Amino acid sequence: MEDALNFNRREFFRAGAVMATGLLIPFYSYGGKKGQAEPENGMLKPNSYLMIGTDGHVKVLLSRCEVGQGIWTALPMLIAEELDADWRRISAEHAPAAVDYYHTMYATQRTGGSTSVVSEFDRYRKAGATARYMLVQAAAARYKTDMASCRTEDGQVQIGERKIAYGDLVEDAAKLAIPADVPLKDPANWKFIGKSMKRLDTPDKCSGKAIFGLDVRQPDALVAVVARNLIEGARIKSYEREKALAVPGVKQVVPIPQGMAVLADNFWAAKRGRDALNVQWDLGAYAGLSSEGILADYKSRADEGGIVAVEAGDVEKMLGSAAKVVAVEYYQPFIAHAPMEPLNATVRLSLDKCEVWTGTQTQTDDQNAAAEITGLPKEHVFINTMFLGGSFGRRNITRSDYVREAVEVAKASGKTVKTVWTREDDIQGGRYRPAFLHRFKVGLDKDGKPVAWKQISVGQSVMTGGPFEKVAVINGVDQYSVEGMKDAAHVAALADKKIEVNAPVLPFGIDNWRAVGLSHTIFAMESLSDELAHAAGKDPLDYRLMLYHDEPRLANVLTLVKQKSGWGKQLPKGRGMGVAAFKGMGSFAALVADVSVDGKSVKVHKMTCVVDCGVAVNPDGIIAQVESSVGHGLSAALYSEVTFKNGKIVQRNFYDYKSLRIEEMPEVETHIVPSREKPGGIGEAAVGQVMPSLTNAIFAATGKRIRTLPVYSNI
Amino acid sequence: MITVKVNGVTYDVDVPSEMPILWVLRDILGFTGTKFGCAAAQCGACMVHLNGAGIRSCITPVARAEGKDIVTIEGLNDAIGKSVQHAWEEVDVPQCGYCQSGQIMAATILLRENPSPSDKDIDHAMSGNICRCGTYKRIREAIHLAARK
Repeated sequence: MEDALNFNRREFFRAGAVMATGLLIPFYSYGGKKGQAEPENGMLKPNSYLMIGTDGHVKVLLSRCEVGQGIWTALPMLIAEELDADWRRISAEHAPAAVDYYHTMYATQRTGGSTSVVSEFDRYRKAGATARYMLVQAAAARYKTDMASCRTEDGQVQIGERKIAYGDLVEDAAKLAIPADVPLKDPANWKFIGKSMKRLDTPDKCSGKAIFGLDVRQPDALVAVVARNLIEGARIKSYEREKALAVPGVKQVVPIPQGMAVLADNFWAAKRGRDALNVQWDLGAYAGLSSEGILADYKSRADEGGIVAVEAGDVEKMLGSAAKVVAVEYYQPFIAHAPMEPLNATVRLSLDKCEVWTGTQTQTDDQNAAAEITGLPKEHVFINTMFLGGSFGRRNITRSDYVREAVEVAKASGKTVKTVWTREDDIQGGRYRPAFLHRFKVGLDKDGKPVAWKQISVGQSVMTGGPFEKVAVINGVDQYSVEGMKDAAHVAALADKKIEVNAPVLPFGIDNWRAVGLSHTIFAMESLSDELAHAAGKDPLDYRLMLYHDEPRLANVLTLVKQKSGWGKQLPKGRGMGVAAFKGMGSFAALVADVSVDGKSVKVHKMTCVVDCGVAVNPDGIIAQVESSVGHGLSAALYSEVTFKNGKIVQRNFYDYKSLRIEEMPEVETHIVPSREKPGGIGEAAVGQVMPSLTNAIFAATGKRIRTLPVYSNI
Repeated sequence: MITVKVNGVTYDVDVPSEMPILWVLRDILGFTGTKFGCAAAQCGACMVHLNGAGIRSCITPVARAEGKDIVTIEGLNDAIGKSVQHAWEEVDVPQCGYCQSGQIMAATILLRENPSPSDKDIDHAMSGNICRCGTYKRIREAIHLAARK
């Protein structure tokens, strides 16, 4: 799959390049005209990614959005590195929706897949290097010397003893031709890359000044709360419009394709209006939908078989002659993303334009959705990207659901609106990480090495129907349903194997959750490795070193985590360590959980994490992402599950869709492998390992194997 | 008409007396630093100080604030509050940042009542504030740092 994706990424890149040259939208672009800098307002704008003022201030335009992962800081670091900028005079802002900011792999403006640094590593460094070149050229011309005699540091050009601030050179530099293919620094001379820099967004996030989508206040906006269809095919049976309109502050009740919207002066009135509207739904064919029914269906699908994802040799024959056969299955539930900031979007429509303010990862999709609904040309849709109060995949929705809905409300009502979801709307509003049943039969030889691999994975296809379908769904198999499984070195090497996928269709929205397919495939793979080690009578970590020896970087993080965690030391009764290691997002991560179990209560003392993500641009930011992976991953492992009963979603809010709290957060020790390999992703590279490291530790502590998540429903 | 005092300034607001303080702050007066997370007193994103006590503004009717002082993150300017904010910056606590106003308001109350809290004290005081990004380790570190200063 890696190869298939890489191939298509190259295709995407070509498509993006064609559009970038052929379809530049002038009034969107912050960049200058091709081949010439634009000395407008005295700024130096060598390209779309930065501008330098006569005061020396460097403003970085972010092609990717800040969702907590730290891109607000990492992308400016890339520019600062090559520009030799003064870090105290650099700031960031989200770029508008425009072709210049299209993802270098995806050909749309999108943040996701832990690819922001990966994809911008060259482009943003080049942007900085280009600006530096022009400033040096201007300085050399002014002081009649050659460029080789000029040095740059801290936002200044130095010629001998003379120091010229960048701001003083901006006007001259802006008149120069923009050079192409400016060389980049030798990594040995990096000053920013590899150094922990403080986040540029931290001060505003500690003072209440940071503006998230929900904080946008347009003076002419009403607030809308929508009674929406949760189960596909459901129809509105009844509602009480007059009662809703009677609530003080309620202005309008309008039907939209998603349901009924109540518009009011403020959120509280709109929410009370929606309560009074009392929409009743006819659930139709799905009135009997239940979690028990779904699981029973998945089990019978696993019995029946599916579409073959990979097959080689004669797996049945090999299983028959194996010294030992391990037959196990793992089930993981539907889970919601539950970002802290409830979903929202503000929309102002006029005859010739549509303005949207929202926290989004999918600016181009949002533009397309608004254009389709309003009939306006796409270039007349303006997306203002605000800070995102979390996402975990919920704001990287390929179908732009919450923006689409807000545009529908604006269109139907004729008003500027801020559509706000309640927490209940969020938990019950779908786009879940689909449930998955992974069933295995693995044959081992007398040394405990796998020789036969039979697997079926049952779960909905996330990519079908979305923009990545062509890349990700191959011969009916969504590659993300088995992400990292058939391509794991120890599986790929087997001569006798069969992996099938069975994708049911269910009547509610699903989508990616942090780590995409790896959010569930690593739990299955790394629980299984533990069980194979146990069957082979080997230490689980040493067994993995044997199993993963064809993946040197994976073996390396395992070896390091063995040392750093104190693996193998004597632990009191009821306490154990569990390990999980996997590659993903271009990175490698091994985690060891140190856990105590007392009856049904689980205490995670410590997580020791070793990550190899290639060049570590902002090490402290990487450490923060690993800590986040542990916190967010433990929430999912211990608590997260969305269940269905009588066609309805059972969970509603944080009281029954529980989240990790501070007293449950373990100590987290993170080690980054020093590396000059190209950068890999980090926001999602250590999430999927959290769940199996925890359950493997519970097994070590108690002998109880947890094969169904979440832990607290199954211990 | 209800009279409320926010960050030292008095406002007359024409809202129903049962309207939660959160929405008076955010939608009527424009103090958007205080966040909406659950509207069910589960997550703490909406925490403000009412006469010096930490309250969940999402479930507290504005009538309860009549004649009292509300302090929001925008008006947190006492020495302890400032030291908490500085510690948050020093440790680089926030990720998405959405819950951090509430976390800072809760940590300020803790340190006013207990200048050198133990890990257990921190657990007890901060357990009501959810962070989905999982910044808890740094929240703990920042509270200890603020306590030392």
